[in-house]
Amino acid sequence: MKAIGILAMNEFLDGLRNRWVAAAIILLGATALALLLVGSAPTGTTRAGALDVSVVSLTSLSVYLLPLIALLLSFDALVGEFERGTMLLLLTYPVARWQVIMGKFFGHMMILLAAVAVGYGGAAAITVLFTDNGIEGWQAYATMMGSSLLLGAVFIALGYLVSVLVRERSTAAGAAIVLWLIFVVLYDLALLGLLLADHEQRIGQALFSTLMLVSPSDTYRLLNLTAFESVGQVAGIAGVAARSGFGVPLLVGLMTAWVVLPLAATMAVFHRREL
Amino acid sequence: MAEGTAGEKAIDVTGVVKRYGDKTVVCDVDLSVRAGERMVLIGHNGAGKTTLMKLMLGLTHPDAGSVRVLGSNPATAAAEQRRAIGYLPESVAFHSAMQGREVLAFYARLKGVSADECRSILAQVGLDQAADRRVSTYSKGMRQRLGLAQAMLGKPRLLFLDEPTSGLDPSLRKQFYDLIDTLSLSGTTSLTSSHSLNEVEARADRIAIMKSGAIVACGTLAELSQQTDLPIVVRLRVTANQASTVAERLAAMGDIHRVNDHGIELSCLGTGKMALFRQVAGLGEVIEDMDVLPPRLDDIYNHYMENQQPQ
Repeated sequence: MKAIGILAMNEFLDGLRNRWVAAAIILLGATALALLLVGSAPTGTTRAGALDVSVVSLTSLSVYLLPLIALLLSFDALVGEFERGTMLLLLTYPVARWQVIMGKFFGHMMILLAAVAVGYGGAAAITVLFTDNGIEGWQAYATMMGSSLLLGAVFIALGYLVSVLVRERSTAAGAAIVLWLIFVVLYDLALLGLLLADHEQRIGQALFSTLMLVSPSDTYRLLNLTAFESVGQVAGIAGVAARSGFGVPLLVGLMTAWVVLPLAATMAVFHRREL
Repeated sequence: MAEGTAGEKAIDVTGVVKRYGDKTVVCDVDLSVRAGERMVLIGHNGAGKTTLMKLMLGLTHPDAGSVRVLGSNPATAAAEQRRAIGYLPESVAFHSAMQGREVLAFYARLKGVSADECRSILAQVGLDQAADRRVSTYSKGMRQRLGLAQAMLGKPRLLFLDEPTSGLDPSLRKQFYDLIDTLSLSGTTSLTSSHSLNEVEARADRIAIMKSGAIVACGTLAELSQQTDLPIVVRLRVTANQASTVAERLAAMGDIHRVNDHGIELSCLGTGKMALFRQVAGLGEVIEDMDVLPPRLDDIYNHYMENQQPQ
């Protein structure tokens, strides 16, 4: 346990040193603030608060940004250390291989936590303090922050799997981009295309919802847009939500599986890896 | 567990084979190192020295044979076992954005070593002045010293040093070996690989010579030179113009290499050594001076590289 803490702290300090933490905070904070301020404008005439409204736009944004940040943090985590030779030395220390993975994971999660908490949290605090918006909708906003972290965790775990499977950093970078494209862009486009091509409407509501569960980023969308009624109304997918019938536990469970399984696979591959 | 008793083997490798694809990198190696011993592993590039060390560190697994380090199998031993082991890899690398002090503190925490010990080790390797600089600004010698510093953390009972002095200037090399000697005085077992032969000559209790994945010879320097039975070179200074006469009288005793008007260089086998000395002594005043050059590690090494086929 102590070893994991030491490794995690080292990873986080590394993130502070090379300005990763600062960059991620600024990126998330600035975009959140912009969306919050835009979202706060029409609050007088709708029932939704600024936080509610912005959950919709922030969800759409986080679906792109968090996987990107997470993959950038993680694609290099193992293959980079293999290439530099630092892993060789580390593994002669009293540290088990699974502890190396968990240490890195918690360290990278701390970086994401700082970015989400300070970036998104700070932007919300500024909005509440300096505009005449209340804090109604904070539960939806907090859920958005928590699930964004979970989404980040998914892509950190996937990034590690890429990182342990390839032999070169450049390959890992390429594979990470492909992974991002598939889960964040291409899969959704394919779903959309499927619907457009489906003239006879053979794809029912149930099948479509289930297809959305295949991709962790869509699971994240469903989670945020359906968990709170107020958000669903703004998002205009209240109908989808009502009929999808997926509860919050199922959605969170699915995303957790997307974290646990790639992590376990990474450990299994790493365990057998010869240096 | 009664570890560390006298005469115990710190390393015991028997019949170890390691293949990468269809290339056999280590073939049927037996090697044992007693506790407290300074063992030096010598071989050409690609002889399998680094792979053998990785096997002993549990970083790779043997395809056949057994590896025991400090009484247990390094590949399956609890991580805690590694607390007693120090390792300096060939061309050691660190996170270059970190300061020297931070790097050492990180490794020290993993080994449960106090900050005080870190400071004293930094001073011992002569990095206390540069400790607050980023590792990326370090010279090769400084990185290597930082590498040794991390290997020394926690007073390891067993040190693995993979070509520790390659790329260092002669004075740094000496400092380096002095540090390692200090450690071995306190009972640390060490396994050092090298291909600079002469520098380890005086620093090794035993020497193992590796060639193409096999150990072709192992023993003390004296044992190795006995086994190889390499010729001893004798240089004589002779009264002017007597050299050719002397050379004629010694021709039966050994190979004459060179003769000039006041000197002779000849070689003879260890077995004929005393007969030659007696003959030379019998020549009386004509011989003004005599130098005896026993075979050096270089010669022994070359002998094995050229002649010995791995079994």
